[in-house]
Amino acid sequence: MGKQLRVDPTACAGHGLCAELAPELVGLDEWGYPIMPDRPVPRPLERTARRAVTDCPALALALTRVP
Amino acid sequence: MSGITQTTASWYASRATGVVALVLLTAVVILGMLVNRQGRLPGLPRFAVTGLHRNVSLLSVVFLAIHVLTAIVDPYVTIGVAATVIPFTSPYRPFWLGLGALSLDLIAALIVTSLARALMSRRAWRSIHWLAYAAWPLAVGHSTGSSADMQSGVLLGVLIGCVLAACAAAAWRLSRAAREIPRARRAAATLTQMTPAGPRPASPGIVPADRLMTAQEAGR
Amino acid sequence: MTGSLTLPGPFPAPVPMAGDPMAAQFGGLQRLLPASGAVPVDLRAHLERYGALPRPDGPGRIIAEVEAAGLTGRGGAAFPTYRKLAAAANGDQAPVVAGNGAEGEPASSKDRSLLWISPHLVLDGLQVVAQATGSRSAVLYVPRRPQLHQRLGQAIAERAAVGLDAARAELREAPDRFLAGQESALAGRLAGRPALPSYRPVRGLPRTGPGRPVLVQNVETLAHLALIARYGAGWFRTAGTADEPGSMLATLHLADGQRSVVEVPIGIPLAGLLGLGGQLPVPPGRAGGGGDGLITSTAGPVQAVLVGGYHGAWLPAAQAARLPLASAALRPLGAAVGAGVVAALPADRCGLAETARVARYLALESAGQCGPCFNGLPRMAAALGHLAGPTPDPRARADLDRWAGLVTGRGACHHPDGSVRFIGSALRVFAAEAGLHERGRCSGTNPQPFLPLPDGPPLDDTDWS
Repeated sequence: MGKQLRVDPTACAGHGLCAELAPELVGLDEWGYPIMPDRPVPRPLERTARRAVTDCPALALALTRVP
Repeated sequence: MSGITQTTASWYASRATGVVALVLLTAVVILGMLVNRQGRLPGLPRFAVTGLHRNVSLLSVVFLAIHVLTAIVDPYVTIGVAATVIPFTSPYRPFWLGLGALSLDLIAALIVTSLARALMSRRAWRSIHWLAYAAWPLAVGHSTGSSADMQSGVLLGVLIGCVLAACAAAAWRLSRAAREIPRARRAAATLTQMTPAGPRPASPGIVPADRLMTAQEAGR
Repeated sequence: MTGSLTLPGPFPAPVPMAGDPMAAQFGGLQRLLPASGAVPVDLRAHLERYGALPRPDGPGRIIAEVEAAGLTGRGGAAFPTYRKLAAAANGDQAPVVAGNGAEGEPASSKDRSLLWISPHLVLDGLQVVAQATGSRSAVLYVPRRPQLHQRLGQAIAERAAVGLDAARAELREAPDRFLAGQESALAGRLAGRPALPSYRPVRGLPRTGPGRPVLVQNVETLAHLALIARYGAGWFRTAGTADEPGSMLATLHLADGQRSVVEVPIGIPLAGLLGLGGQLPVPPGRAGGGGDGLITSTAGPVQAVLVGGYHGAWLPAAQAARLPLASAALRPLGAAVGAGVVAALPADRCGLAETARVARYLALESAGQCGPCFNGLPRMAAALGHLAGPTPDPRARADLDRWAGLVTGRGACHHPDGSVRFIGSALRVFAAEAGLHERGRCSGTNPQPFLPLPDGPPLDDTDWS
């Protein structure tokens, strides 16, 4: 029971805000596109993840519940 | 100095906050264009542009609210509550105030949808957000005619400055959009870039096998 | 049904589809394709051969039968068909039922052959699915070919004239793109948007819009359904293996350039399918496919076999000669049956050059929506082009590995994943060839392209509509 940070790759334009706001969670590949974490977001980082979701200019991120 | 003349306190406040709101709204629109086209402010991280866009828009809403409330409350001119949201119904300068009311309505839509962003589809949110491009010119029009303040002197300079800055940003945004590669050609563009010039055909397409030819031809 | 196998045949003289170089041949099994040659089967002949489609006992009944039969999707993904049917039947809304005949894979022609020759089986299958899921809306999604459209239109009209179908099938055109047959691209096309894959975070049926699910089935799957509805699960299982029952259509590319569509039981040895024979001694200074050597075949010496099409995998010829056409045996080697494309690469071609041509095509067929795909695939194709060329870049190999990792699983669809699988298998199987190229040599002596590719990359966004 946790939250998974996911990106819609068709909406993502590689702005890179998520990687700046949440570097412990999101990395950037060599073309500027985000690499999402495999594991659910740890509790202490949930707030940062939420901020990345809200701030994404392309609205490409989502924090979804995983069963 | 010419500019804001002596009058009742709330009328003064309304005009002053109006000027500030206009400047802030101009900044918001410019920042919005930067966000969309991945522009950056030199020396600042990427999230600064989005952050500023959001914070400055909140600030502008505060000034806008004070501007509207003081205008309603002020006894010097009659502007009822209704006239601030229903365009062209004000007893005082109905046309110019009407532009402001329209602008306010659109800005209200922007605020509501941005707060409720998680509840709507991306496309719906984005289409409503485009109304910003209508809200700002309406605000500019409203500013020029509602009072004589911005028609001369320093404040005229401020008005012209806002308009020029926004136009420059729009020109930059349009040029970026014009240079953007359409989706269907993105892979082709990268492929052309990656394939060195030489005996390969210039246009993307199926490279005939004889072009991908073997060292045999090159001589062992 | 495994066991020693002779080549399927003799074949009646094939009648090519109008304008299509591929010819349908028959042998092995004759369930979906008629024995009488590649002549399109009209409604009367269809009913004479197979009988009428039985009245449905109730939707649950046919779904249970399909589950017992163990039918899996024949579009490449091999998803258990009964699960899709059950999900659609239990959904909150009756779906639109779509038969997918788009066949974007250039090396495959089984779907359009089936549609041309046995359209009524496909249309029967569409009815079975519509009844099972309570749908009144049926669509047949087919490539843009006027003669095929005419033929299918006639078939649909024939059925309408006798009131055969509760849900009359509507013909819809698929654009000529590799990804046009992707499930969510199909759904998008039905909704009037371009045929582009969409991001689907939640498993389940794709939708054409809020609240309108689409149940997509490959046309061959529909044909099998039409027969299961008549003859039952037990009959279906008399061919194939226990884990992968039934027959399938395969598109064969023999080493001499002969191409055909055949119906075979799943699990048929590849050696039988391709006429593969014994090992050949490898001439000195020549790369043998995968280092295992060359294999003879009735169509000439073979160095490697491609299984599963352009999202499939290469296998060294000697290895392929020992394998059946069954995913259970292929999966440990990185391959799968896919949509049934089996191609035998002749010994005189350069495997890297062939792969590079196809990789370039795959890169250009990217929908251009997802950064990792439209950045990674063209770069991989270019690097492969270098490896295939006379002076390969020493960094190309490392770049390819890195990009493969960056691209896999990061798109909205499986185009990047499948392309990486294909390229990765080529780098393994043609490693000896790559070594030769590094030393400035190549074992290919025939510059003629072998694997089929269409002309013309997408030029603008309307090409997807």
